[in-house]
Amino acid sequence: MAKIWVFAEVNNGKVDTAALEILTKARELGGEVEAVALGPGSTDAAKELGQYGATSVYASDDEVYADYVAQPAAHALHELVKEHAPELILFATNYDSRDIAGRLSARTGSTLMSNCFDILGTDKARTTIFGGATVVDVALEGTPKIALVRPKSFEPEASGGEANVMPVEVDIPDDLKKAKRVERHEEQASGPKLEEAPIVISGGRGLQDASNFELLDQLAGAIGNAAVGATRAVVDAGWVPYAYQIGQTGTTVKPGVYIAFGISGATQHIVGMKGAKTIIAVNKDEDAPIFQIADLGIVGDALKILPQLIEEIKTRKG
Amino acid sequence: MNIAVCVKHIPDPNLPGELDGQRLKREGVQGTLDPGDEFGVETALQLKQAHEGEVTLVSMGPPQALEGIRRGLSMGADKGVLVSDDSLQGADALITARVLAAAIKRTDFDLVIAGVESTDGYTGTMPSTLAELLGVPQLTFTNAIEATGDALKVHRQTVDGYQVVECSLPALITVTAGVNEPRYASFKGIMAAKKKPVEELSVADLGLSADDVKVAQNIVDISQAEERKAGEVIEDDGSGAAKIADYLKEAKVI
Repeated sequence: MAKIWVFAEVNNGKVDTAALEILTKARELGGEVEAVALGPGSTDAAKELGQYGATSVYASDDEVYADYVAQPAAHALHELVKEHAPELILFATNYDSRDIAGRLSARTGSTLMSNCFDILGTDKARTTIFGGATVVDVALEGTPKIALVRPKSFEPEASGGEANVMPVEVDIPDDLKKAKRVERHEEQASGPKLEEAPIVISGGRGLQDASNFELLDQLAGAIGNAAVGATRAVVDAGWVPYAYQIGQTGTTVKPGVYIAFGISGATQHIVGMKGAKTIIAVNKDEDAPIFQIADLGIVGDALKILPQLIEEIKTRKG
Repeated sequence: MNIAVCVKHIPDPNLPGELDGQRLKREGVQGTLDPGDEFGVETALQLKQAHEGEVTLVSMGPPQALEGIRRGLSMGADKGVLVSDDSLQGADALITARVLAAAIKRTDFDLVIAGVESTDGYTGTMPSTLAELLGVPQLTFTNAIEATGDALKVHRQTVDGYQVVECSLPALITVTAGVNEPRYASFKGIMAAKKKPVEELSVADLGLSADDVKVAQNIVDISQAEERKAGEVIEDDGSGAAKIADYLKEAKVI
Protein backbone atom coordinates (compact mmCIF):
# COMPACT_ATOMS: atom_id res chain seq x y z
CA MET A 1 0.00 0.00 0.00
CA ALA A 2 1.33 3.41 -0.95
CA LYS A 3 2.59 5.47 1.96
CA ILE A 4 1.18 8.97 2.20
CA TRP A 5 2.92 11.35 4.57
CA VAL A 6 1.61 14.53 6.07
CA PHE A 7 4.13 17.00 7.46
CA ALA A 8 2.57 18.58 10.54
CA GLU A 9 3.79 21.88 11.98
CA VAL A 10 3.62 22.04 15.76
CA ASN A 11 3.91 25.51 17.27
CA ASN A 12 3.81 26.22 21.00
CA GLY A 13 2.53 22.71 21.55
CA LYS A 14 -0.37 23.17 19.15
CA VAL A 15 -0.81 21.13 15.98
CA ASP A 16 -1.45 23.24 12.89
CA THR A 17 -5.12 22.81 11.97
CA ALA A 18 -4.18 22.54 8.30
CA ALA A 19 -2.29 19.31 9.08
CA LEU A 20 -5.52 17.83 10.49
CA GLU A 21 -7.42 18.94 7.38
CA ILE A 22 -4.86 17.26 5.13
CA LEU A 23 -4.82 14.07 7.23
CA THR A 24 -8.58 13.89 6.86
CA LYS A 25 -8.22 14.04 3.08
CA ALA A 26 -5.26 11.64 3.03
CA ARG A 27 -7.41 8.93 4.66
CA GLU A 28 -9.67 8.96 1.60
CA LEU A 29 -6.81 8.22 -0.78
CA GLY A 30 -6.58 4.61 0.24
CA GLY A 31 -2.94 4.47 1.30
CA GLU A 32 -1.11 4.08 4.55
CA VAL A 33 -1.30 7.50 6.18
CA GLU A 34 1.57 8.63 8.39
CA ALA A 35 2.68 11.98 9.80
CA VAL A 36 5.99 13.65 10.53
CA ALA A 37 6.33 16.31 13.25
CA LEU A 38 9.63 17.93 14.15
CA GLY A 39 10.36 20.26 17.06
CA PRO A 40 9.27 20.75 20.67
CA GLY A 41 5.84 19.30 21.46
CA SER A 42 5.87 16.86 18.53
CA THR A 43 5.72 13.65 20.58
CA ASP A 44 2.68 14.94 22.48
CA ALA A 45 1.10 16.05 19.20
CA ALA A 46 1.20 12.47 17.92
CA LYS A 47 -1.96 11.67 19.84
CA GLU A 48 -4.03 14.26 17.99
CA LEU A 49 -2.45 13.37 14.65
CA GLY A 50 -3.46 9.77 15.33
CA GLN A 51 -7.02 10.82 16.01
CA TYR A 52 -7.16 12.36 12.55
CA GLY A 53 -5.84 9.32 10.79
CA ALA A 54 -2.06 8.98 11.10
CA THR A 55 -1.20 5.36 11.90
CA SER A 56 2.38 6.30 12.73
CA VAL A 57 3.94 9.61 13.65
CA TYR A 58 7.65 10.16 13.16
CA ALA A 59 8.37 12.66 15.91
CA SER A 60 11.28 14.52 17.44
CA ASP A 61 11.10 17.11 20.21
CA ASP A 62 14.59 18.39 19.43
CA GLU A 63 14.91 22.19 19.77
CA VAL A 64 17.19 22.28 16.75
CA TYR A 65 14.13 22.24 14.47
CA ALA A 66 12.69 25.32 16.13
CA ASP A 67 15.98 27.16 16.55
CA TYR A 68 17.16 26.97 12.94
CA VAL A 69 15.13 27.74 9.82
CA ALA A 70 14.27 24.88 7.44
CA GLN A 71 17.66 23.20 6.96
CA PRO A 72 17.58 20.74 9.90
CA ALA A 73 13.97 19.75 9.18
CA ALA A 74 14.65 19.24 5.46
CA HIS A 75 17.66 17.12 6.32
CA ALA A 76 15.79 14.92 8.83
CA LEU A 77 12.86 14.55 6.47
CA HIS A 78 15.17 13.51 3.65
CA GLU A 79 16.78 10.87 5.87
CA LEU A 80 13.31 9.54 6.77
CA VAL A 81 12.27 9.52 3.11
CA LYS A 82 15.34 7.47 2.20
CA GLU A 83 14.50 4.96 4.91
CA HIS A 84 10.72 4.65 4.48
CA ALA A 85 10.10 5.62 0.83
CA PRO A 86 6.73 7.40 0.97
CA GLU A 87 4.92 7.81 -2.34
CA LEU A 88 3.44 11.22 -1.61
CA ILE A 89 4.34 13.90 0.95
CA LEU A 90 1.76 16.57 1.73
CA PHE A 91 2.56 19.91 3.34
CA ALA A 92 0.28 22.80 4.25
CA THR A 93 1.08 26.10 2.53
CA ASN A 94 2.61 27.69 5.61
CA TYR A 95 5.80 29.67 6.02
CA ASP A 96 8.05 27.00 7.42
CA SER A 97 6.47 24.10 5.53
CA ARG A 98 6.94 25.90 2.23
CA ASP A 99 10.65 26.36 2.94
CA ILE A 100 11.13 22.77 4.06
CA ALA A 101 9.21 21.34 1.10
CA GLY A 102 11.27 23.44 -1.31
CA ARG A 103 14.54 22.20 0.13
CA LEU A 104 13.31 18.60 0.18
CA SER A 105 12.42 18.84 -3.52
CA ALA A 106 16.03 19.80 -4.30
CA ARG A 107 17.34 16.86 -2.29
CA THR A 108 15.01 14.16 -3.62
CA GLY A 109 15.01 15.64 -7.12
CA SER A 110 11.26 15.17 -7.26
CA THR A 111 8.70 17.65 -8.42
CA LEU A 112 6.78 19.84 -6.01
CA MET A 113 3.31 21.11 -6.75
CA SER A 114 2.15 24.26 -4.97
CA ASN A 115 -1.23 25.78 -4.19
CA CYS A 116 -3.19 22.53 -4.34
CA PHE A 117 -6.73 22.73 -3.05
CA ASP A 118 -7.56 19.11 -3.68
CA ILE A 119 -5.59 15.86 -3.83
CA LEU A 120 -7.05 13.48 -6.40
CA GLY A 121 -4.79 10.49 -5.77
CA THR A 122 -1.23 9.68 -4.83
CA ASP A 123 -0.06 11.08 -8.17
CA LYS A 124 -2.59 13.77 -9.01
CA ALA A 125 -3.60 17.08 -7.50
CA ARG A 126 -5.80 20.02 -8.33
CA THR A 127 -5.08 23.73 -8.32
CA THR A 128 -6.65 26.86 -9.76
CA ILE A 129 -5.29 29.67 -11.86
CA PHE A 130 -6.57 33.11 -12.82
CA GLY A 131 -7.82 33.85 -9.32
CA GLY A 132 -9.74 30.61 -9.08
CA ALA A 133 -11.62 30.95 -12.38
CA THR A 134 -9.91 27.96 -13.99
CA VAL A 135 -9.36 24.55 -12.39
CA VAL A 136 -6.26 22.60 -13.39
CA ASP A 137 -5.59 18.91 -12.63
CA VAL A 138 -1.93 17.97 -12.64
CA ALA A 139 -0.35 14.50 -12.80
CA LEU A 140 2.94 14.19 -10.92
CA GLU A 141 5.83 11.94 -11.87
CA GLY A 142 8.74 10.58 -9.82
CA THR A 143 8.99 9.56 -6.17
CA PRO A 144 8.29 10.95 -3.70
CA LYS A 145 5.74 13.38 -5.08
CA ILE A 146 5.54 16.52 -2.98
CA ALA A 147 2.51 18.78 -2.76
CA LEU A 148 1.69 21.96 -0.85
CA VAL A 149 -1.97 22.21 0.06
CA ARG A 150 -3.74 25.47 0.84
CA PRO A 151 -5.18 25.66 4.36
CA LYS A 152 -8.99 25.30 4.60
CA SER A 153 -9.17 23.07 1.55
CA PHE A 154 -10.81 20.30 3.59
CA GLU A 155 -12.98 20.09 6.68
CA PRO A 156 -11.00 18.34 9.47
CA GLU A 157 -12.75 15.28 10.82
CA ALA A 158 -11.38 12.94 13.48
CA SER A 159 -11.44 9.22 12.80
CA GLY A 160 -10.60 8.26 16.36
CA GLY A 161 -7.44 6.37 15.54
CA GLU A 162 -4.30 5.98 17.53
CA ALA A 163 -0.79 6.54 16.21
CA ASN A 164 2.41 4.68 16.95
CA VAL A 165 5.08 7.16 17.89
CA MET A 166 8.28 6.55 15.97
CA PRO A 167 11.08 8.60 17.55
CA VAL A 168 13.23 10.40 14.98
CA GLU A 169 16.90 10.32 15.77
CA VAL A 170 18.75 12.05 13.00
CA ASP A 171 22.05 13.81 13.60
CA ILE A 172 21.94 17.34 12.28
CA PRO A 173 25.34 18.38 10.90
CA ASP A 174 26.62 21.70 12.24
CA ASP A 175 26.79 23.25 8.78
CA LEU A 176 22.99 23.05 8.62
CA LYS A 177 22.66 25.14 11.77
CA LYS A 178 23.08 28.49 10.07
CA ALA A 179 19.89 30.55 10.02
CA LYS A 180 19.14 31.00 13.71
CA ARG A 181 15.91 32.39 15.11
CA VAL A 182 17.01 34.77 17.87
CA GLU A 183 13.71 36.52 18.69
CA ARG A 184 10.02 35.84 18.19
CA HIS A 185 7.36 38.56 18.18
CA GLU A 186 3.63 37.89 18.13
CA GLU A 187 1.02 40.53 17.52
CA GLN A 188 -2.09 39.99 19.61
CA ALA A 189 -5.32 40.90 17.88
CA SER A 190 -8.42 41.58 19.95
CA GLY A 191 -11.61 39.73 19.04
CA PRO A 192 -11.81 36.44 17.14
CA LYS A 193 -8.88 35.20 15.07
CA LEU A 194 -9.08 36.16 11.42
CA GLU A 195 -9.12 32.59 10.10
CA GLU A 196 -11.80 31.53 12.57
CA ALA A 197 -14.13 34.55 12.64
CA PRO A 198 -17.66 34.00 11.31
CA ILE A 199 -17.67 37.56 9.99
CA VAL A 200 -14.73 39.25 8.32
CA ILE A 201 -14.57 42.95 7.53
CA SER A 202 -11.69 44.00 5.35
CA GLY A 203 -10.26 47.08 3.77
CA GLY A 204 -8.14 48.02 0.78
CA ARG A 205 -6.60 51.05 -0.88
CA GLY A 206 -10.02 52.62 -1.26
CA LEU A 207 -9.92 53.52 2.44
CA GLN A 208 -7.33 56.12 1.41
CA ASP A 209 -5.46 56.33 4.70
CA ALA A 210 -4.25 54.03 7.46
CA SER A 211 -6.23 55.97 10.06
CA ASN A 212 -9.50 54.98 8.38
CA PHE A 213 -8.98 51.36 9.39
CA GLU A 214 -10.33 52.53 12.74
CA LEU A 215 -13.77 52.59 11.07
CA LEU A 216 -13.47 48.87 10.30
CA ASP A 217 -12.64 48.18 13.96
CA GLN A 218 -15.70 50.18 15.00
CA LEU A 219 -17.92 48.26 12.59
CA ALA A 220 -16.49 44.94 13.81
CA GLY A 221 -17.25 46.05 17.37
CA ALA A 222 -20.81 47.07 16.46
CA ILE A 223 -21.54 43.78 14.68
CA GLY A 224 -19.71 41.62 17.23
CA ASN A 225 -17.80 38.37 16.66
CA ALA A 226 -16.10 39.92 13.64
CA ALA A 227 -12.43 40.16 12.66
CA VAL A 228 -10.73 42.81 10.55
CA GLY A 229 -8.58 41.92 7.55
CA ALA A 230 -6.81 43.72 4.73
CA THR A 231 -5.43 43.41 1.22
CA ARG A 232 -1.80 42.93 0.39
CA ALA A 233 -1.61 46.44 -1.04
CA VAL A 234 -2.37 48.13 2.28
CA VAL A 235 -0.20 45.70 4.26
CA ASP A 236 2.67 46.45 1.89
CA ALA A 237 1.98 50.14 2.38
CA GLY A 238 2.41 49.59 6.12
CA TRP A 239 -1.14 50.60 7.14
CA VAL A 240 -1.74 47.41 9.15
CA PRO A 241 0.48 44.49 10.23
CA TYR A 242 0.96 41.44 8.06
CA ALA A 243 -1.27 39.40 10.39
CA TYR A 244 -4.22 41.17 8.70
CA GLN A 245 -3.40 40.06 5.18
CA ILE A 246 -5.98 37.96 3.36
CA GLY A 247 -5.04 36.33 0.08
CA GLN A 248 -2.69 34.13 -1.81
CA THR A 249 0.06 35.18 0.57
CA GLY A 250 -1.52 35.70 3.95
CA THR A 251 -4.54 34.11 5.48
CA THR A 252 -7.27 32.14 3.72
CA VAL A 253 -10.68 32.86 5.22
CA LYS A 254 -14.05 31.18 4.77
CA PRO A 255 -16.42 33.18 6.94
CA GLY A 256 -20.20 33.23 6.75
CA VAL A 257 -20.11 36.88 5.74
CA TYR A 258 -17.28 38.84 4.16
CA ILE A 259 -17.58 42.61 3.79
CA ALA A 260 -15.00 44.31 1.57
CA PHE A 261 -14.52 48.07 1.74
CA GLY A 262 -12.47 49.80 -0.94
CA ILE A 263 -11.13 46.53 -2.32
CA SER A 264 -10.94 46.20 -6.09
CA GLY A 265 -10.59 42.42 -6.08
CA ALA A 266 -7.12 41.56 -7.37
CA THR A 267 -6.50 37.85 -7.96
CA GLN A 268 -4.08 37.82 -5.05
CA HIS A 269 -6.92 38.82 -2.70
CA ILE A 270 -9.82 36.86 -4.24
CA VAL A 271 -7.97 33.54 -3.82
CA GLY A 272 -8.00 34.05 -0.05
CA MET A 273 -11.67 34.95 0.44
CA LYS A 274 -13.83 33.58 -2.36
CA GLY A 275 -14.90 30.69 -0.13
CA ALA A 276 -17.00 33.05 2.00
CA LYS A 277 -20.69 32.17 2.09
CA THR A 278 -21.91 35.71 1.51
CA ILE A 279 -19.78 38.49 0.04
CA ILE A 280 -20.69 42.16 0.32
CA ALA A 281 -18.51 44.72 -1.44
CA VAL A 282 -18.36 48.50 -1.41
CA ASN A 283 -16.23 50.18 -4.06
CA LYS A 284 -16.28 53.45 -5.99
CA ASP A 285 -15.41 51.79 -9.29
CA GLU A 286 -18.38 50.01 -10.82
CA ASP A 287 -15.99 47.91 -12.93
CA ALA A 288 -14.07 46.58 -9.90
CA PRO A 289 -13.63 42.79 -10.28
CA ILE A 290 -14.87 42.25 -6.72
CA PHE A 291 -18.41 42.97 -7.93
CA GLN A 292 -18.27 39.89 -10.14
CA ILE A 293 -18.18 37.63 -7.09
CA ALA A 294 -20.16 39.74 -4.62
CA ASP A 295 -23.68 38.81 -3.60
CA LEU A 296 -24.33 42.45 -2.85
CA GLY A 297 -22.28 45.19 -4.46
CA ILE A 298 -22.61 48.85 -3.56
CA VAL A 299 -21.03 51.33 -5.95
CA GLY A 300 -20.12 54.12 -3.57
CA ASP A 301 -17.60 55.68 -1.23
CA ALA A 302 -16.58 53.33 1.55
CA LEU A 303 -15.65 56.28 3.77
CA LYS A 304 -19.16 57.69 3.47
CA ILE A 305 -20.97 54.37 3.89
CA LEU A 306 -18.92 53.04 6.83
CA PRO A 307 -20.04 55.61 9.45
CA GLN A 308 -23.65 55.31 8.23
CA LEU A 309 -23.50 51.52 8.53
CA ILE A 310 -22.02 51.65 12.04
CA GLU A 311 -24.88 53.94 13.13
CA GLU A 312 -27.47 51.82 11.34
CA ILE A 313 -26.32 48.65 13.07
CA LYS A 314 -26.17 50.31 16.48
CA THR A 315 -29.73 51.56 15.97
CA ARG A 316 -31.06 48.20 14.80
CA LYS A 317 -29.39 46.37 17.64
CA GLY A 318 -30.96 48.89 20.01
CA MET B 1 29.26 42.05 -1.23
CA ASN B 2 28.45 40.42 -4.56
CA ILE B 3 24.76 39.90 -5.02
CA ALA B 4 22.79 37.81 -7.50
CA VAL B 5 19.16 38.87 -7.87
CA CYS B 6 16.65 36.47 -9.43
CA VAL B 7 14.31 38.35 -11.74
CA LYS B 8 11.39 37.15 -13.83
CA HIS B 9 9.76 38.67 -16.87
CA ILE B 10 6.05 37.94 -16.68
CA PRO B 11 2.90 38.72 -18.65
CA ASP B 12 1.56 42.07 -17.43
CA PRO B 13 -0.44 41.13 -14.31
CA ASN B 14 -2.88 43.94 -14.97
CA LEU B 15 -4.07 42.25 -18.15
CA PRO B 16 -6.41 39.24 -18.02
CA GLY B 17 -4.44 35.97 -18.21
CA GLU B 18 -4.81 33.67 -21.20
CA LEU B 19 -3.95 30.05 -21.82
CA ASP B 20 -2.02 28.84 -24.81
CA GLY B 21 -2.86 25.15 -24.81
CA GLN B 22 -1.85 24.05 -21.33
CA ARG B 23 0.45 26.90 -20.51
CA LEU B 24 0.13 30.50 -19.59
CA LYS B 25 0.24 32.44 -22.83
CA ARG B 26 3.48 34.41 -22.97
CA GLU B 27 4.03 34.99 -26.66
CA GLY B 28 2.67 38.24 -28.03
CA VAL B 29 1.56 39.25 -24.55
CA GLN B 30 2.68 42.56 -23.09
CA GLY B 31 5.36 41.64 -20.56
CA THR B 32 6.93 43.32 -17.57
CA LEU B 33 9.51 42.73 -14.87
CA ASP B 34 7.61 41.01 -12.05
CA PRO B 35 6.66 43.93 -9.77
CA GLY B 36 7.69 41.78 -6.78
CA ASP B 37 11.23 41.57 -8.16
CA GLU B 38 11.72 45.34 -8.11
CA PHE B 39 11.94 45.12 -4.32
CA GLY B 40 14.71 42.56 -4.64
CA VAL B 41 16.65 44.73 -7.09
CA GLU B 42 16.24 47.75 -4.79
CA THR B 43 17.41 45.72 -1.78
CA ALA B 44 20.52 44.68 -3.71
CA LEU B 45 21.28 48.23 -4.82
CA GLN B 46 21.01 49.52 -1.24
CA LEU B 47 23.30 46.74 0.04
CA LYS B 48 25.76 47.51 -2.73
CA GLN B 49 25.77 51.18 -1.73
CA ALA B 50 26.69 50.22 1.84
CA HIS B 51 29.02 47.29 1.18
CA GLU B 52 30.26 47.74 -2.41
CA GLY B 53 30.45 44.75 -4.74
CA GLU B 54 28.51 43.91 -7.85
CA VAL B 55 24.82 43.25 -8.55
CA THR B 56 24.08 40.57 -11.16
CA LEU B 57 20.53 39.95 -12.40
CA VAL B 58 19.82 36.32 -13.21
CA SER B 59 16.77 35.32 -15.19
CA MET B 60 15.30 32.34 -16.98
CA GLY B 61 12.77 32.88 -19.74
CA PRO B 62 12.13 33.34 -23.43
CA PRO B 63 14.33 35.83 -25.36
CA GLN B 64 11.96 38.71 -24.56
CA ALA B 65 12.83 38.23 -20.87
CA LEU B 66 15.83 40.40 -21.75
CA GLU B 67 13.47 43.37 -21.31
CA GLY B 68 13.03 42.49 -17.65
CA ILE B 69 16.78 42.36 -17.16
CA ARG B 70 17.21 45.71 -18.94
CA ARG B 71 14.67 47.22 -16.59
CA GLY B 72 16.68 46.05 -13.56
CA LEU B 73 19.90 47.27 -15.17
CA SER B 74 18.34 50.67 -15.72
CA MET B 75 17.59 50.83 -11.99
CA GLY B 76 21.32 50.39 -11.40
CA ALA B 77 22.29 46.71 -11.44
CA ASP B 78 25.68 46.01 -13.06
CA LYS B 79 25.11 43.07 -15.38
CA GLY B 80 22.74 40.31 -16.33
CA VAL B 81 22.55 36.63 -17.16
CA LEU B 82 19.63 35.25 -19.17
CA VAL B 83 19.11 31.53 -19.59
CA SER B 84 16.88 30.95 -22.57
CA ASP B 85 16.21 27.56 -24.10
CA ASP B 86 13.28 25.91 -25.87
CA SER B 87 13.62 22.89 -23.59
CA LEU B 88 12.65 25.09 -20.62
CA GLN B 89 9.09 25.75 -21.74
CA GLY B 90 6.72 24.69 -18.98
CA ALA B 91 9.56 24.36 -16.45
CA ASP B 92 8.37 23.77 -12.88
CA ALA B 93 9.89 25.31 -9.75
CA LEU B 94 12.49 22.54 -9.36
CA ILE B 95 13.77 22.92 -12.92
CA THR B 96 13.80 26.70 -12.61
CA ALA B 97 15.84 26.37 -9.42
CA ARG B 98 18.30 23.98 -11.11
CA VAL B 99 18.82 26.40 -13.99
CA LEU B 100 19.22 29.46 -11.76
CA ALA B 101 21.54 27.55 -9.40
CA ALA B 102 23.78 26.57 -12.32
CA ALA B 103 23.84 30.17 -13.57
CA ILE B 104 24.48 31.66 -10.11
CA LYS B 105 27.27 29.17 -9.34
CA ARG B 106 29.19 30.72 -12.25
CA THR B 107 29.20 34.06 -10.42
CA ASP B 108 31.12 34.87 -7.27
CA PHE B 109 28.16 35.51 -4.97
CA ASP B 110 27.81 36.32 -1.27
CA LEU B 111 24.08 36.81 -1.30
CA VAL B 112 21.18 35.72 -3.51
CA ILE B 113 17.95 37.74 -3.45
CA ALA B 114 14.57 36.68 -4.83
CA GLY B 115 10.98 37.76 -4.44
CA VAL B 116 8.78 35.76 -2.08
CA GLU B 117 6.88 34.32 -5.03
CA SER B 118 6.34 35.23 -8.65
CA THR B 119 3.21 37.13 -9.50
CA ASP B 120 2.27 34.77 -12.35
CA GLY B 121 3.09 31.27 -11.05
CA TYR B 122 3.19 32.01 -7.28
CA THR B 123 4.51 28.61 -6.22
CA GLY B 124 6.76 30.29 -3.64
CA THR B 125 9.07 27.28 -3.42
CA MET B 126 11.69 28.10 -6.06
CA PRO B 127 13.87 30.19 -3.70
CA SER B 128 14.19 27.51 -1.01
CA THR B 129 14.89 24.82 -3.62
CA LEU B 130 17.52 27.16 -5.08
CA ALA B 131 19.07 27.72 -1.64
CA GLU B 132 19.35 23.97 -1.09
CA LEU B 133 20.97 23.47 -4.50
CA LEU B 134 23.45 26.26 -3.70
CA GLY B 135 24.09 24.77 -0.26
CA VAL B 136 23.22 27.98 1.58
CA PRO B 137 20.60 28.83 4.23
CA GLN B 138 17.48 30.72 3.20
CA LEU B 139 15.73 33.53 4.99
CA THR B 140 12.31 33.85 3.39
CA PHE B 141 9.60 36.49 3.84
CA THR B 142 12.02 39.15 5.05
CA ASN B 143 10.76 42.68 5.50
CA ALA B 144 13.77 44.26 7.21
CA ILE B 145 17.36 43.48 6.36
CA GLU B 146 20.51 44.49 8.16
CA ALA B 147 23.87 43.38 6.79
CA THR B 148 27.38 43.51 8.14
CA GLY B 149 30.30 42.42 5.99
CA ASP B 150 29.77 38.70 6.43
CA ALA B 151 26.45 38.22 8.19
CA LEU B 152 22.78 39.14 8.00
CA LYS B 153 20.10 39.95 10.52
CA VAL B 154 16.56 40.02 9.16
CA HIS B 155 12.95 40.27 10.24
CA ARG B 156 11.02 37.34 8.86
CA GLN B 157 7.23 37.56 8.70
CA THR B 158 5.21 34.87 10.40
CA VAL B 159 1.50 34.28 10.53
CA ASP B 160 1.07 36.34 13.69
CA GLY B 161 4.09 38.60 13.81
CA TYR B 162 7.74 38.27 12.95
CA GLN B 163 10.95 36.55 13.94
CA VAL B 164 14.44 37.96 14.06
CA VAL B 165 16.78 35.57 12.24
CA GLU B 166 20.56 35.78 11.97
CA CYS B 167 22.87 33.97 9.62
CA SER B 168 26.30 34.11 8.07
CA LEU B 169 26.95 34.65 4.37
CA PRO B 170 26.66 33.22 1.79
CA ALA B 171 22.88 33.02 2.05
CA LEU B 172 19.66 33.49 0.12
CA ILE B 173 16.88 35.84 1.14
CA THR B 174 13.42 36.47 -0.24
CA VAL B 175 12.03 39.96 0.20
CA THR B 176 8.41 40.89 0.60
CA ALA B 177 6.80 43.64 -1.43
CA GLY B 178 6.89 46.84 0.59
CA VAL B 179 10.32 46.14 2.10
CA ASN B 180 11.52 49.34 0.42
CA GLU B 181 10.56 51.91 -2.20
CA PRO B 182 12.01 50.69 -5.53
CA ARG B 183 13.71 53.56 -7.35
CA TYR B 184 12.56 54.74 -10.74
CA ALA B 185 14.94 54.25 -13.62
CA SER B 186 16.31 57.63 -14.69
CA PHE B 187 16.80 58.53 -18.35
CA LYS B 188 20.53 58.25 -17.75
CA GLY B 189 19.99 54.85 -16.17
CA ILE B 190 17.96 53.64 -19.14
CA MET B 191 20.66 54.79 -21.58
CA ALA B 192 23.42 53.21 -19.47
CA ALA B 193 21.51 49.91 -19.22
CA LYS B 194 21.74 49.44 -22.98
CA LYS B 195 25.52 49.17 -22.72
CA LYS B 196 25.68 46.89 -19.68
CA PRO B 197 26.74 43.30 -20.35
CA VAL B 198 24.09 40.57 -20.50
CA GLU B 199 25.30 37.02 -20.97
CA GLU B 200 22.85 34.77 -22.80
CA LEU B 201 23.15 31.07 -22.03
CA SER B 202 21.49 27.83 -23.05
CA VAL B 203 20.84 24.75 -20.91
CA ALA B 204 23.88 23.05 -22.48
CA ASP B 205 26.08 26.08 -21.66
CA LEU B 206 25.22 25.50 -18.00
CA GLY B 207 26.27 21.87 -18.18
CA LEU B 208 22.74 20.62 -17.49
CA SER B 209 21.38 17.51 -19.18
CA ALA B 210 17.99 16.94 -20.81
CA ASP B 211 17.01 14.90 -17.73
CA ASP B 212 17.79 17.84 -15.45
CA VAL B 213 15.15 19.91 -17.21
CA LYS B 214 12.55 17.22 -17.83
CA VAL B 215 9.14 18.39 -16.60
CA ALA B 216 7.54 16.03 -14.08
CA GLN B 217 4.21 17.85 -13.81
CA ASN B 218 1.69 17.35 -16.56
CA ILE B 219 -1.65 19.03 -16.85
CA VAL B 220 -4.24 16.35 -17.48
CA ASP B 221 -7.41 18.40 -17.29
CA ILE B 222 -8.49 22.02 -17.45
CA SER B 223 -11.99 23.12 -16.58
CA GLN B 224 -13.88 26.23 -15.61
CA ALA B 225 -14.44 26.60 -11.89
CA GLU B 226 -17.97 26.77 -10.68
CA GLU B 227 -18.43 30.48 -10.85
CA ARG B 228 -19.82 32.57 -8.10
CA LYS B 229 -22.58 34.50 -9.71
CA ALA B 230 -22.45 38.24 -9.43
CA GLY B 231 -25.35 39.30 -7.29
CA GLU B 232 -27.06 42.61 -7.13
CA VAL B 233 -24.93 45.69 -7.80
CA ILE B 234 -26.49 49.01 -6.89
CA GLU B 235 -25.41 52.62 -6.98
CA ASP B 236 -25.23 54.18 -3.52
CA ASP B 237 -27.91 56.86 -3.40
CA GLY B 238 -27.66 57.26 0.36
CA SER B 239 -29.42 53.98 1.10
CA GLY B 240 -26.35 51.75 0.64
CA ALA B 241 -25.70 51.39 4.38
CA ALA B 242 -29.31 50.42 5.07
CA LYS B 243 -29.19 47.91 2.22
CA ILE B 244 -26.10 46.26 3.75
CA ALA B 245 -27.77 46.17 7.16
CA ASP B 246 -30.79 44.42 5.58
CA TYR B 247 -28.47 41.85 4.10
CA LEU B 248 -26.73 41.29 7.44
CA LYS B 249 -30.11 40.80 9.06
CA GLU B 250 -31.08 38.26 6.42
CA ALA B 251 -27.79 36.43 7.04
CA LYS B 252 -28.72 36.48 10.76
CA VAL B 253 -25.55 38.40 11.60
CA ILE B 254 -27.46 41.13 13.41
